[in-house]
Amino acid sequence: MSGKGEFEPRIIGFLCNWCSYAGADLAGVSRIQYPPNIRIIRVMCSGRIDPAFILEAFKDGADGVLVAGCHLPSDCHYISGNFKALRRITLLKEVLKDFGIEPERLRLEWVSASEGDRFASIVRDMVKQIKRLGPSPLKSKEKNA
Amino acid sequence: MANQKIGAVLVVGGGVAGIQASLDLADSGFKVYLIDQGPSIGGVMAQLDKTFPTNDCSMCILSPKLVATGRHPNITILTNTEITGLDGEVGNFEVKIRKRSRYIIEDKCNGCGICAQKCPIEAVDVFNKGLSKRCAIYVEYPQAVPLKYMIDREKCIGCGTCYEICKAKAIEYDQKDSEATLNVGSIILAPGFEAFDARLKSEYGYGRFQNVVTSIEFERILSASGPYGGLVLRSSDGDIPKKIAFIQCVGSRDFQLGNNYCSAACCMYGMKEAVIAKEHTPSNLDCTIFYMDMRAYGKEFDAYYNRAKDEWGIKFVRSRVAGVTEDPRTGNLFVHYVEDETPKTEEFDMIVLSIGMRPPKNVEALAKNFGIRLNSYKFCETSSFSPVDTSKPGVFVCGAFSAPKDIPESVAQASGAAAKAMSVIASERGTLVAPKEYPPERDVSQEEPRIGVFVCHCGINIGGVVNVPELVEYAKSLPNVVYAEANLYTCSQDTQKLIREKIQENNLNRVIVASCTPRTHEPLFKETVQEAGLNPYLFEMTNIRDQCSWVHMHEPKEATEKAKDLVRSIVAKAKLLKPLKKPLINVTPVGLIIGGGVSGMTAAVELSKQGFEVHLVERENELGGHLSTLHYLLDRDDPKAKLNALIKSVMENDKIHVYLGAEVADLTGFVGNFKSKIRQRNGEQKEVEHGIVIVATGAIEYKPTEYLYGKNPKVMTQHELEEKIANGEFGARNVVMIQCVGARNDERPNCARICCGQAIKNALKIKEVSPETEVYVLYKDLRAYGFKEDYYREAATKGVLFINYEDERKPEVANEYGKIKVTFWEPVIKEVVQIEPDLVVLSAATIPNPDNKRVAEMLKVPLTKDGFFLEAHMKLRPVDFATDGVFLCGMAHSPKYIEESIAQACAAAARATTILSKPTLEMEGIIANVNEDLCSGCRICEYLCPYGAIEMKEKDGKPIAHVTEALCKGCGACGTACPTKAIIMGHFTTEEILAQVKAALVEVEA
Repeated sequence: MSGKGEFEPRIIGFLCNWCSYAGADLAGVSRIQYPPNIRIIRVMCSGRIDPAFILEAFKDGADGVLVAGCHLPSDCHYISGNFKALRRITLLKEVLKDFGIEPERLRLEWVSASEGDRFASIVRDMVKQIKRLGPSPLKSKEKNA
Repeated sequence: MANQKIGAVLVVGGGVAGIQASLDLADSGFKVYLIDQGPSIGGVMAQLDKTFPTNDCSMCILSPKLVATGRHPNITILTNTEITGLDGEVGNFEVKIRKRSRYIIEDKCNGCGICAQKCPIEAVDVFNKGLSKRCAIYVEYPQAVPLKYMIDREKCIGCGTCYEICKAKAIEYDQKDSEATLNVGSIILAPGFEAFDARLKSEYGYGRFQNVVTSIEFERILSASGPYGGLVLRSSDGDIPKKIAFIQCVGSRDFQLGNNYCSAACCMYGMKEAVIAKEHTPSNLDCTIFYMDMRAYGKEFDAYYNRAKDEWGIKFVRSRVAGVTEDPRTGNLFVHYVEDETPKTEEFDMIVLSIGMRPPKNVEALAKNFGIRLNSYKFCETSSFSPVDTSKPGVFVCGAFSAPKDIPESVAQASGAAAKAMSVIASERGTLVAPKEYPPERDVSQEEPRIGVFVCHCGINIGGVVNVPELVEYAKSLPNVVYAEANLYTCSQDTQKLIREKIQENNLNRVIVASCTPRTHEPLFKETVQEAGLNPYLFEMTNIRDQCSWVHMHEPKEATEKAKDLVRSIVAKAKLLKPLKKPLINVTPVGLIIGGGVSGMTAAVELSKQGFEVHLVERENELGGHLSTLHYLLDRDDPKAKLNALIKSVMENDKIHVYLGAEVADLTGFVGNFKSKIRQRNGEQKEVEHGIVIVATGAIEYKPTEYLYGKNPKVMTQHELEEKIANGEFGARNVVMIQCVGARNDERPNCARICCGQAIKNALKIKEVSPETEVYVLYKDLRAYGFKEDYYREAATKGVLFINYEDERKPEVANEYGKIKVTFWEPVIKEVVQIEPDLVVLSAATIPNPDNKRVAEMLKVPLTKDGFFLEAHMKLRPVDFATDGVFLCGMAHSPKYIEESIAQACAAAARATTILSKPTLEMEGIIANVNEDLCSGCRICEYLCPYGAIEMKEKDGKPIAHVTEALCKGCGACGTACPTKAIIMGHFTTEEILAQVKAALVEVEA
C-alpha cells in the first residue's frame, strides 16, 4: 500500500488451519467483501502462535495483529490448542501495554469453518478500530528516532 | 469365473455413514465404489449447523472427511448414479449402474464457479430447503465433494453464457446418461433416510403458515452459510423472533400415520437447535419445547439436557400439541395443547417441527434390486446379534436405513459394516489397489534455494481482479526466485505435467503455487513435486483467491498489491523450507483385546476373519461378561444360545489366544508397536507384542442403596427379577418397577440407556408367564427409542401401567409391619396412590467398570466425568481414542444394547484393520523435533502435549525431551512454549514464520 492518502493499517493475521483459515476461505467462496489490509499466515494450530511472533510483527511495522482459532471449548483439532492461545494472548495484552502498544491492536477471535461472514466482519471491524487508533506507536517512534 | 472373489466393495449412499465405510475399506486395501444419487457426497450432515452434545460445527468436522474421500486413490466416487440391477453372489457381484448426465465434463470442471456467477437463471436452492435461490448451473454447497458443477436442465434456458465463459471448456449441453457394470465382492447399503413430510400433519400448519418450518430448514437458518447468514429470521417478514416453539415427534410415535417408531435423534437435535438459536439471537429469545418423553439416552446427553434447562433457560412442556393456528395479520402462531388436563393456548413468533425419519425414497426398488428383506416400517431388516447384516449374504447395512439413529451410531455402524464387507473378501486385500511409486528423492541440501512460482489465473476468478502478469513479473524480481509463470488453471492435469517439466528444466528445489486454498489443493501439488523427485515439504502455497481476489473484487489495485505481499511473504518462507521425512513405522499384525464380553469376543472374531492373530484377556474365569446374565431379549432372540455359539467360535479359533482370570499388567509402546505383560491365572506373566489395543472392559450393574434395596427381600433389581423369572420362581400378583435408580441424579447425571428396555422386556415377560399380574412402571421419561417404541406400545396394550414421576415427587418405598408399601403421585388422576406390591423391581443403572481408571492410566487415554472411556470425538470418531492404535467398543464406552455393542465391536475391528493391514505406517512429516543441545529438561513440553508424545529420556545424566514420532500430531504447542527454543516444528519453524511476517510487512513503493 502506498504511504499517501488516508492511513491504511497493516494487519497480520495468524489463522489456524482447521477452523479459522477455513472460515476465511468461506468468506471468499461466499464473496463476502472486506478491506484488503490483512495478510494471513497459516499455522496448524492457534496453540503454535508464539507471543514472540506477535511482538516481532509489531516491531516489523504491523499496526494490528489478529490471532484466530477454533471455538472454545471443544472445536480445537488438537484438543486444547485454543486454550493455550487464550492464556498466551491474555498475558501478552498486558505486556503490550508496557511496550506502549494499545492492547486493542491485538485481537484473539474464534472463527469456525462455517463463519465466513464472521471472519469478514472481524476484519472490517478491526480495520476500522485501528484506523481510529492511528499508526502503530512503534512505527512513529522509529521515524522520530 | 463366478466364484473368483473380487477385492472391491460397492458403497451405496454418500452420507456420513457411506463416507466412513468407504474410508475404512479403502484404508484397509480394498477398492471402493461410492455411489450417490445426488451430485455430491455429504448427506444430511452437510446441511447441519452444529452437532450435539458438543455443539461442534458440523461442516468443520465433516469437511476433512469429504476431502479425504474425494482424494483417496482407492475410492471412486460416482455421483448422480443409480443402481439398475444386481447379479452374482457374495464374493462376486455384478452391479449395473446408470449415471445421469451433469452436462459438465467432470474431468475438465475445476469448480471455479465463474459459470454460476454469470448464469442468469434463478432456481430454488434445494440444499437450503428452498429458503434461498441458486442458479441453473450449481454445486449443492461451497465445500461440495466432488466440486463439479451441474446444470439443472429443467431450469436452464440454454443461453450459452456458461459455455462461453468456461475457460476450462467443461460445458457439454448434449451429454448423455451413461451405463456401466461394476464388479465387486461385497456391498454396503447406506442410503440414509428421508425426512418426514410435515404437510401430512396438517394440524401443525406446515406449508400453510410461513413461520412454521421443519427442523432441517431450521438447521439451514442457523447455519452461517445458510439463507440468512446464521441469523434466526422469520421467513414471512424477516423479523427476529422473540418466541420459538419446538414441537417434537412430528411424524414419529404416531399410530395414525403408521410411523409408530421413535426417530431416536429428534429430542437431542430439537434441544440443540433451541440452544443454538438462543446463541445466534442477540436479544432475549424464549424457546419452548413441547415433548412426550425427553429421550436424551446417549452418552452425556442428559448433561446437555440439564444445561439446556438450567443454563440456557429452555422451557420444556410435556404435552402432545393438538394443533397450530395463525394470526394472519402478524404471522404469529398459536399452539394449542393440554397440560395438567387443562386446554391451553400460547402465542409464538415461529414454530420448528422436529420431523422424524422415514425410510429412504424408492426403498422398495432398492430392496428388490439387492434382494433384501425390509421390516414392517420398510427400514432394512436386521437383528440384535447381526446388526449390520441384511437378509442377503454379502450385502451389509449401516446408518439410518437400518433404524433411525444419530451420527455417532451411524458412524460406528458404518465401520462395523466395513469390517463385515472386508471379511468376506479378506483374501483379496490389496489385489485391486496399487501403492503409488515415486522417483528417488533429489538431495537438495547443498543447493542454494532455487524457487519456482506458479501463479494461477483460475479462469477469471483471480485474473479478473488481480493483475496476474504484473504479479508474475514481481515474483521474478524476488530473491531466489529463478522461475515464475502464470497458468490458466494451475490445478489442471496438463499444468501438473508442466510443473514437473519446469522443475527439471530450471533445477528448481522449492516450488510455490499462488492460487486457491491449501486446504483442498496442497496435497495435489505436493504429489506433483514428489513425482518430479522433490521432497513434498519443499512445496508451499499462498492463497490469492479465497483470501484475496474473491474478497476484494472491487479493489483490483489493492488486491494486486496484497497478492504481491502474499507472494513475497511465502517466498521468504520457502527459502528456509527443509525436506522432511515421513517417519515409517513397522506394524506388528496382532491385536490385544481387553475384556471378553460380547464386544471383546466379537472384535476378536472379526479381527481373526481379517487374518490377524488376537490376544483376548478376560479378568473373570469365563467369557461372556454382561451377556451371560441375560436370559431373554426384547426381540425374543435367545441370548444364551447366541452367547454359547460365540464362545465356541472364539475358543475353537486358532488365531485367538484366550487368557481367562487374567489381566493386562503393563502396556508400553505406540501404534503398530505395543508390548504388554499379561498376568495370568497361575500368576505367571506373559509378554506379547501387538499393533493395536481394543478396550472392551464392559460395565457393571449399580448396587442400589435406595428404596430399601438389600433391606427387604421383596426389593430387587431388574437382573435379579430376570433370573427369578428364568428359574420359574416368579409368582407375584403385583409388581412395581421404579426407573432411573442410580441414574439421572446429582451423582450420575446421565441416563443409563438400557433400563427402560429392560423394564419393558421384563414387564412383557411377566405378562407372558402370568397375564393376571399387575405391573406398574414408574418412570421419568420412557426412553424406548427407535423400534423399541413397538415393545413399549405392546406392553401398554397388554395392561402394563406406565406412570410418570418427576424428581420433585419421587416414589417412596416403606416397610410397614412386614408389608412393603409404595407411595407415588398419579399425575392423571392427580392423587397420591399407595399400593402394596409383592415385588418392587429397581431399574438399576449400568455404571462404569471400576477397573476403567487403572486401564485408562495404563493406556494414557481419558475417561468421562462419569468414568466411562472417552473417545477421540463424540460425533465422528466413536470407537477411536485420540491415541493412534487404541480403540474402544461396547459398554466401556457407555451403556448400550447388544446390537449397539456388536456394531461398535465390528467397528473397532475395522478401525484396527486400517492399521494391522499395513506392513508399515507412514506418519505425517510435520512433527516436533528436539535439538538436544538446547534442551534444558524443564518438562514444560511434556506437560503441554495433548497426545503424550513427549517424554523425558536420560542422556549424559540429565533429562532430555524425546518426541515419539508416531504420537506427535504436529500442533506445535510444545515448540511455542519451549523456553530454550530447543523444539523445532517441522514446516512451521519459528524462523520460517518470522521470515513470513517480516516479508509481509516490507514497505513497497507502489
